[in-house]
Amino acid sequence: MAENSKSAEATVLNTKILKKLKGAFQAFDTKSDNTVDIKEIGTIFYSLGFFPTQADLQKFTSEVEDERSGYIHWDRFLPAMTKVLLEDKFPPIADELLLQAFEVLDIEKRGYLKPEELTNYMTKEGEPFTQEEMDEMLTAFTDEEKKHIYYKDVIPHLTLERKM
Amino acid sequence: GSYSINAIRAALLIQRWYRQYVARLEIRRRCTWNIFQSIEYAGQQDQIKLYNFFGFLMDHFTPASSERNLISHIFRENEICRDAEWERYFCYKSIDVPDSYTGPHLTFPMTFCGVSKLVEAFKHKQQLHARYVLQILGETWRLLRILPNISHLSSCHTKEITICGDLHGQLEDLLLIFYKNGLPSPEKPYVFNGDFVDRGKNSLEILLILFGFLLLYPNDVHLNRGNHEDHIVNLRYGFTKEVLGKYRVHGKKILKLLQKIFSWLPLATVIDHKVLIVHGGISDTTDLNVIARVDRHKVRKTFHFQFIYVSALRPPKMTKLAVNGSNSQTMNSRNGDAGVPVDFRRRVRSLTHHSSTPSQGPPRRSLHNLHISHQQMNWSVDDELKKRRRLAGFDQSYGERKKPDSDSDPDSEGRLIPSVQMVDLLWSDPMPQNGCIPNEVRGGGCYWGPDVTEEVLGRHNLQLLIRSHECKQDGYEFCHNRRVLTIFSASNYYEVGSNRGAYIRMGADLVPHFVQYQASRTCRELTLRQSVGWTERSALQALRRQLFVHKSDLISAFREFDPNNTGIISPSHWASATESVLKLGLPWRVLRPQLVSSTKNGMVDYQEWIRELSITEPKLEISDTSLLETMYKNHSNLETIFRIIDTDHSGLISYEEFRQTWKLLSSHLKTEISDDVIANLAQSIDFNKDGSIDINEFMEAFRLVDLSAHS
Repeated sequence: MAENSKSAEATVLNTKILKKLKGAFQAFDTKSDNTVDIKEIGTIFYSLGFFPTQADLQKFTSEVEDERSGYIHWDRFLPAMTKVLLEDKFPPIADELLLQAFEVLDIEKRGYLKPEELTNYMTKEGEPFTQEEMDEMLTAFTDEEKKHIYYKDVIPHLTLERKM
Repeated sequence: GSYSINAIRAALLIQRWYRQYVARLEIRRRCTWNIFQSIEYAGQQDQIKLYNFFGFLMDHFTPASSERNLISHIFRENEICRDAEWERYFCYKSIDVPDSYTGPHLTFPMTFCGVSKLVEAFKHKQQLHARYVLQILGETWRLLRILPNISHLSSCHTKEITICGDLHGQLEDLLLIFYKNGLPSPEKPYVFNGDFVDRGKNSLEILLILFGFLLLYPNDVHLNRGNHEDHIVNLRYGFTKEVLGKYRVHGKKILKLLQKIFSWLPLATVIDHKVLIVHGGISDTTDLNVIARVDRHKVRKTFHFQFIYVSALRPPKMTKLAVNGSNSQTMNSRNGDAGVPVDFRRRVRSLTHHSSTPSQGPPRRSLHNLHISHQQMNWSVDDELKKRRRLAGFDQSYGERKKPDSDSDPDSEGRLIPSVQMVDLLWSDPMPQNGCIPNEVRGGGCYWGPDVTEEVLGRHNLQLLIRSHECKQDGYEFCHNRRVLTIFSASNYYEVGSNRGAYIRMGADLVPHFVQYQASRTCRELTLRQSVGWTERSALQALRRQLFVHKSDLISAFREFDPNNTGIISPSHWASATESVLKLGLPWRVLRPQLVSSTKNGMVDYQEWIRELSITEPKLEISDTSLLETMYKNHSNLETIFRIIDTDHSGLISYEEFRQTWKLLSSHLKTEISDDVIANLAQSIDFNKDGSIDINEFMEAFRLVDLSAHS
């Protein structure tokens, strides 16, 4: 029964998507033995255009990890990802919402956020950033002269990457 | 905390977007990495073909007398003089240092002051006078000759041993290591694991510093030879050029002395009989007792040995080849005497024995046989290479691991020879699969698997193999169940931001500790996005160059998907065709948006794209585009050939030698290049009216310019 539904899912998956999954998986298969490090699963998801939460990722990883080895094998990755795709579990977020999100945080509606403000939000709320992530984001998006984050300028970069 | 639900939701959304953005950059970075690696290895394939061609000519060809002189000119074995005569030749004493010289003055024997002066001087971009260069090199040569092939070190509780990997002429990295770790001393012993030269622009400075410390502390500084400590490799990868550029009068002498020094560099270092350090790696036949006894200085041109390697494959075809022309060999069995393939032995004789000259070589062959057998050999070699490449897992296709070929026995036989074992130490790479197969990507050494690691380490009672030879993003990497450790010390090797460098500190517990770094101030200030962008741009530029040189093949491949000749194909057809021509194993679909600037309705206009790809600078007007393509495709081959022919390293070759070079190359490429075209070409280059051509100027004349960038 579980077997049947698995094979049914596999056949439903068309070759285009299969190639995409394969490509993303192979990019991280550094040992060339059809496994990837579980730490890379988040990156793989995002690169395919999915938006899982950290909790989602943890759940997914625990279901497919190879006996706590720290690695996931393609044979378990593929059916699990297929399910994700078919059930549309982690749908993409519309671009417009991103702008609205920044505007919510910009209480005074100045058109920018100060680094301290953004840091407060990113490291204390939601799924908090690590210090490294925060430093990286600030370095990437802070305007050099004014030292502010002009989010309207930042958004095209965040979304442009996706259209690749 | 005190934020509204909306704010929390907003933060969550932004976090997710950002993480997704970083993930996409990571994918791109990995692609870029793969691009550089495949191009680097693809370039090495050319060198293999070139050397196969020259070696084959040496053995089989009975050329017209002028060409024959050229070939023997190239392969002239001129190290027949004895050491005493060489000492006289290299003597620095006749070289005066003028009062105008502002660089450092050295005295011998080497002192700590002297070496520090040297380091400081190079930090300030000064150049050491040729007299002192020859003096240091002479002393180094004398010291190296008494060192064994394998150095044995003992660790101790009061001091740690520092182990560095490839430096490749990147002086900033060596200085950074000294800054972070301290200078070499009896309290701070160092092992430098080869590849000090080529690619970077301060190879000579690095050598002089390392040799300076070696002379100062011969028991505490250990240098292992790398595959780039090799005269032929240096011709292609930049070290020869660097020396000749910096020392116009004495460059030749310096290079000659360096040739000897390289051949005398030790091969391996062992710590506490437990940790083995070699530059490349091992093979299934590695035997340290054999290595310890080999005459290492006699294997001067390690790169030639890949020819032996290659010809040891597929003995039956080789046998047929020899039978066609040979009168004196009897080919009853697959092997000749001593169970070794006959052709293999003949190769060994002609390339390693100093006394051989073409006239003493194999008997004459008719031109007809020559032509056929040349093609036969090329086919069998290419075919074998492709197959081995697949076996090594370079094929992107998914699925079962392939088992090693049962035909691998001849390879093992070949690898038992001590000098070939030496080549294995300098050229091999680890692979994930079990087994041991020839390393056809590099053209020397082999790929060895985890089972070989266990067997060789076990046999010698060792616990760890430390090697270099391959660039790693984090500067170091374990493999084979942490029994093999790669250490690479040239940061930003491919481009700014491409990788970190690292070195190892090891105490008496023999546990490696790593220190990583990345030279270049600008690199640290780059944002993640920018550093990926820079690396990516130069990778893409390199890739566009590759696409350009394969223009004609690409168009043919595209036409196969376009039977109605519309000039347009789908992106996935574009990707398949491009991969079938370039065979780099790259994710073309992902790369397409950056390589193809315009698509019509999601389709690729390939004619337009090919036109956009490239053009040379206007100053070199050559109407024959296929000649141009041929020249560009063989750019680095051409340079290597030029430098080989320019044996007096003067930087000039005569018009006649230029013409002969072209003839040779065109027979290699199996294309026709007429004398008229060559004459026109020569005239279009600015050369001295006395009929000699400046190699550098000729090479500079070729640069790739993107047409679309101008519009």
